[in-house]
Amino acid sequence: MRYLPLTSDDRQAMLAKIGVRHIDDLFKDVPKADLNPEINLPKRQSEMAVERQLSTLAAKNTSAGSVPFFVGAGAYKHHVPATVDHMIQRGEFLTAYTPYQPEIAQGTLQYLFEFQTLVAQLTGMDVANASMYDGSTATAEAVMMARRVTRKKRAVIAGSVHAHYRAVVETTTQFTDDNIVCQAPNPADAGAELQAALDAIDDTTSCVVVQNPGINGSVLDLGPVAEAAHAHKALLIVVVTEVMSLGLIKSPGEMGADIVVGEGQSIGNGLNFGGPYLGLFATNQKYVRQMPGRLCGKTVDAEGEQGFVLTLSTREQHIRREKATSNICTNSGLCSLAFTVHMSLLGEKGLRQLARVNHKRACDLRDALTAAGFEVLNSSFFNEITVRLSKGATDVVETLAADGVLAGVPMERLYPGQGFDDHLILAATETVTDEDIAVLVSKLTEAVQ
Amino acid sequence: MTKFTEDHEWIDGDGDVVTVGITDYAQNALGDVVFVELPEVGGTFSKGDEVAVVESVKAASEVYAPLDGEIVEINDALEGEPGLVNSSPTEGGWFFKIKLNNTSDLDGLMDKAAYDAHVAGLD
Amino acid sequence: MSMNTQGRPTAPVAGSVADGTSEMTPVFESFSGHRGLRLFEPLIFELGSTETTGVDVDEAGDFEMSIGDLERTAEIGCPGLPEPDAVRHFTRLSRRNYGIDMGVFPLGSCTMKHNPRLNEKMARLPGFADIHPLQPTSSVQGALELMDQLSHWICSLTGMPAVALSPKAGAHGELCGVMAIRAALEARGDAREVVLCPESAHGTNPATAAFCGYKVKSIPAKGNGRVDLDALIEALDDTVAAVMITNPNTCGLFETEVKDISDAVHKAGAFFYCDGANFNAIMGKARPGDLGVDAMHLNLHKTFSTPHGGGGPGSGPVVFSDALKDFAPLPYVTMSEGERALHEWSDEKGQSLGRLTAFHGQMGMYVRALSYMLSHGVDGIRQAAEDAVLNANYVLASLQDIMSASYGGPCMHEALFDDAFLKDTGVTTLDFAKAMIDEGYHPMTMYFPLVVHGAMLIEPTETESKYNMDQFIRSMRGLAETAVAGETARFEGAPYFAPWKRLDETQAARQPVLRYSPPEPDQK
Repeated sequence: MRYLPLTSDDRQAMLAKIGVRHIDDLFKDVPKADLNPEINLPKRQSEMAVERQLSTLAAKNTSAGSVPFFVGAGAYKHHVPATVDHMIQRGEFLTAYTPYQPEIAQGTLQYLFEFQTLVAQLTGMDVANASMYDGSTATAEAVMMARRVTRKKRAVIAGSVHAHYRAVVETTTQFTDDNIVCQAPNPADAGAELQAALDAIDDTTSCVVVQNPGINGSVLDLGPVAEAAHAHKALLIVVVTEVMSLGLIKSPGEMGADIVVGEGQSIGNGLNFGGPYLGLFATNQKYVRQMPGRLCGKTVDAEGEQGFVLTLSTREQHIRREKATSNICTNSGLCSLAFTVHMSLLGEKGLRQLARVNHKRACDLRDALTAAGFEVLNSSFFNEITVRLSKGATDVVETLAADGVLAGVPMERLYPGQGFDDHLILAATETVTDEDIAVLVSKLTEAVQ
Repeated sequence: MTKFTEDHEWIDGDGDVVTVGITDYAQNALGDVVFVELPEVGGTFSKGDEVAVVESVKAASEVYAPLDGEIVEINDALEGEPGLVNSSPTEGGWFFKIKLNNTSDLDGLMDKAAYDAHVAGLD
Repeated sequence: MSMNTQGRPTAPVAGSVADGTSEMTPVFESFSGHRGLRLFEPLIFELGSTETTGVDVDEAGDFEMSIGDLERTAEIGCPGLPEPDAVRHFTRLSRRNYGIDMGVFPLGSCTMKHNPRLNEKMARLPGFADIHPLQPTSSVQGALELMDQLSHWICSLTGMPAVALSPKAGAHGELCGVMAIRAALEARGDAREVVLCPESAHGTNPATAAFCGYKVKSIPAKGNGRVDLDALIEALDDTVAAVMITNPNTCGLFETEVKDISDAVHKAGAFFYCDGANFNAIMGKARPGDLGVDAMHLNLHKTFSTPHGGGGPGSGPVVFSDALKDFAPLPYVTMSEGERALHEWSDEKGQSLGRLTAFHGQMGMYVRALSYMLSHGVDGIRQAAEDAVLNANYVLASLQDIMSASYGGPCMHEALFDDAFLKDTGVTTLDFAKAMIDEGYHPMTMYFPLVVHGAMLIEPTETESKYNMDQFIRSMRGLAETAVAGETARFEGAPYFAPWKRLDETQAARQPVLRYSPPEPDQK
């Protein structure tokens, strides 16, 4: 077996050194009846054979880059520069462990420090952690953190928050006495949707969770919600599922957010069928000790040289055990490296340009759809809009998929049985061409006839 | 006169308001203190309640209320300079002042000699 | 003859710092801040500028925006680097790291085995890497089939009837498992309050139990490093929801009484959660399903060779017994009429504990893990477990005369030592670990598990050759002999040869600096 270096002679010599005759003498603590069970699975295969088998499976999928592609709703198709993937495949990054030995992990630690700074800058907050699993688990962690900070239990989840994120918050808190108030989405009137969240805040509220851009794509000023939340000593948690939007739209920090969580996949990371992704978590300095997850901090070594270490770890499970702020251990290290490399290439200038291109593409899409007589529900958006069709969106999407166009996400898939079966969410990033838009609009027109 | 608990807190004062901190033995065992989480002024605690947390780089330890009472003052200096707990555990590194419900509770605590004997028995 | 007039001496000049005949440490600093291949590298914020970009992005031109009145006008502050500088920046940073690719990484409990590059190549096939989680399922049948195949391998290897793939890492898997247990208990109207964890448990175990609203009670270990069965039985009453046990345990030992443990747990109406972090020792050799386990997470980034990536991403699928499988989280793959679909929402009868992550889990890791499984086959997997156990016992046998082994052998895939052999030397476990860095190794796990003093937990894994093992053992013996002989100089300030000396963690924690801030304008 190509990954196993020991030879038969080695094994014999080592067993002799240990003082046993047979390898199973080392497994003597396993109940005899249960040792070496018959397992009906295939035998070892060559690299070429494995590659052939997996390539066959891969070929059964329609990849985003091979068709006109408008699918978003929490994961976005962006161009990732070749440099990013090359860098994250360097063995010193790829095969490193969590940097608990800082003397031989300054590479990881320095990019984490850079990553934390970038996330703080983008979100407009003081500090960010070294990442979470994904945007949804970061959101759940934020709700629990708000409870620790405010010592209140009622969380208001606005209708703009992604259905799956809501579900993760509900799952995660189901065995606590938290009271999670989930509001219905209102894609036809995003302003009313936001007002409903604002109206639901009361003195028992720990936090109000709002997504911007919302699940239907709308972009709103969250200032009034921040004011209302703070008036009731509640925190404003802002969810950002499309981090690219922060290159064009006022940051949540500027709008008064207390915690910003998000999905960082759009920068540096591929679609990967939903994972691994990159949970972002940022907050203000005064809440730092209530934050979940790893933090990297600056310090000096014994010779006074600047260096970095994981810090404030008394919040974490390996020290605090059952009193930890979270049970999280592993995070999304390599995905945060991809993010950092991509951001280092983009810089503020590239990010702003790219964000504008995204918005322009979505404007083009909106214009083309409107011209063809479709009803676009958004008055504001970044790179994603919601359209009301004259028939069920699920069937329309299937028809277009069979015809080589991946048209978007039917809202019905995210909110089954809630009256949105004719709603379709479409994203247009920099990867979408004029021709893609023309093909989409013409096929959509055909499909709704 | 100063009294002590088995959990390495010292309690100093004569009236109904006493000052509480951790002992030199405790700060030494904890290592470099990096953060102290103090209670809010006005909070009421019963003996044995978790009232503060003292953290070193690799450990977090709870400080328990030595007696029943209400917190009347906390040592704000520890926020900016937690190292005071190490450099001056019994003076600048005090934690909080607590107004006792019952001053006679003090009688149940150890005096210096008893505490020293207690510590000697630990090693 | 033709003369090369560029000739110059190529042997070291006697008496220079380079040939070792004089002081090795130069007395000068370079003008650049670099030290040969040890290249100084500032932060991107000190290198780049907000006016620079390393990508060519089209200009959007002038157009009427539809973002309300919410354009971001204030400077963000993110610097850009030209592509060559960006490549250089991250390449320089990478060289400050130790990874499995560089040498033995004997970090106990973490299974730092070789990460095959075939896995990386497979995960990057556009049919896996470039598909969206919300594409119509008709367009991702191959991805769903891969999830099914991986599930089949996992269930077959563990002897369990069901698996939930979606948890994002080991701790997330634990959460999933304990939530399923609580959901199952609540479904039968049985409110219980307590979860029992051994003293030697990973910190995530009690943290997870507390997260699910349980009180955590500790159960002691016996002198032989195993769970004290009598104490466990004593603690098992009708308030106990579950027992969380790692097997092989964190001392690197197989719980010999595991079946008595599971019988006792089930008799008390509780569930047996097994932390599968150490599954590498028994894969193909023994199945948790045969041992009475109700739920167990696997760490694909440990056992099945997906990269640790400097702290993730991981992947923590959870296997379930029949008693728990109806409570598995969403989503899961279903099959009807030859087409696979995703079950994404609970129906009315559904008992699922709910959704744990935005999408379907770590697809990128599924591909890598399946690539590993297919490559090894069931025979290679069994061989891998045997070699992992063999290497660990070889370490134990080769060091136990000079270092203090905490328990008698045989061990499983990792060997546990404590600091008894360092008593009165002044050398601590930390010093010893840092001296290993000077030897060119990543330190073993230290101060864990908590049940022995100054723990040193060594897990070589199966992907080390005998040559590598012998080299490693020679270093460890050398260090142990030196320490015991009282020659402590090489330990006191270790590491000496690492690019950084010991870092001040106290300062980092007392005055946390968690992000870059530009220098104040009035400062230099």
